[in-house]
Amino acid sequence: MAADIASWIFILAGSFLVVAGGIGILRLPDVYTRMHAAGVTDTLATFLLVVGMAFQAGFTLVTAKLLLIVVFTFFASPTASHALAQAALASGLKPRLAEDRRPKDGKSLDDGGAE
Amino acid sequence: MIRSIGLAVVLFALWLLLSGHFSPLLIGLGLGSSVLVVYITHRMNVIDHEGFPIHLGFAAPTYLLWLGWEIVKANVDVVRIILTPSLPISPTMFRVRASQKSELGHVVYANSITLTPGTVTVDIIDDELEVHALTSGAADELQGGQMDRMASHMEGNGENGAPEART
Repeated sequence: MAADIASWIFILAGSFLVVAGGIGILRLPDVYTRMHAAGVTDTLATFLLVVGMAFQAGFTLVTAKLLLIVVFTFFASPTASHALAQAALASGLKPRLAEDRRPKDGKSLDDGGAE
Repeated sequence: MIRSIGLAVVLFALWLLLSGHFSPLLIGLGLGSSVLVVYITHRMNVIDHEGFPIHLGFAAPTYLLWLGWEIVKANVDVVRIILTPSLPISPTMFRVRASQKSELGHVVYANSITLTPGTVTVDIIDDELEVHALTSGAADELQGGQMDRMASHMEGNGENGAPEART
């Protein structure tokens, strides 16, 4: 019973974050900012959902496998996000910035992108 | 050698975990495939401080716990921004120095930045990381350098098992 309640709390919190991430993807203006919203879904939302499921599974091998999913997500998702962001920048998509703190001398590097 | 044995142990543990069967045949197959994989990776010369960073030891879990808490805080920040009707974002691009000594350290730091919602590492230029942040506040926090220090600290703690040269 207690496990069920805990499970509900975690899964509802995770679902809320997934929805919030989705809303963020719709509301934010460009690829780079949207990626931050997707980051919410990738990290804490995944973790909370999986922990909620682990409470359902109890102390079993299924829980161990669920936790492995979290581990692999946490290794894979930043790699994918970085690849996506770099591809966008390399193909010349300019981020909409409120503030650009990059050093001026390094700018040619960014515009060239390829290296 | 220690790395190879360690890898075999981890692989076999993973096998047991994923199979859940403990009959002699399946355990034998698991042992066999673990040893085979270690033999192949040994021949490929990929069991090094990057492929199997066992030298980080207990510094790694400590760092991960700290990072986990940072991720929770960043999630709350980003969700609050998304759900605020006025959408108070101030996208900022900036560079931070990655003070870690090894490439592994740089990767750990860069991926930690990306994993934290609100900041994404866009490019790595030598030992500088180019980062896109959702708000100037998130940028300020990263430029404060605490995450850089934590990542360096973790890397430094692993030094006693110093990364060996590839042979």
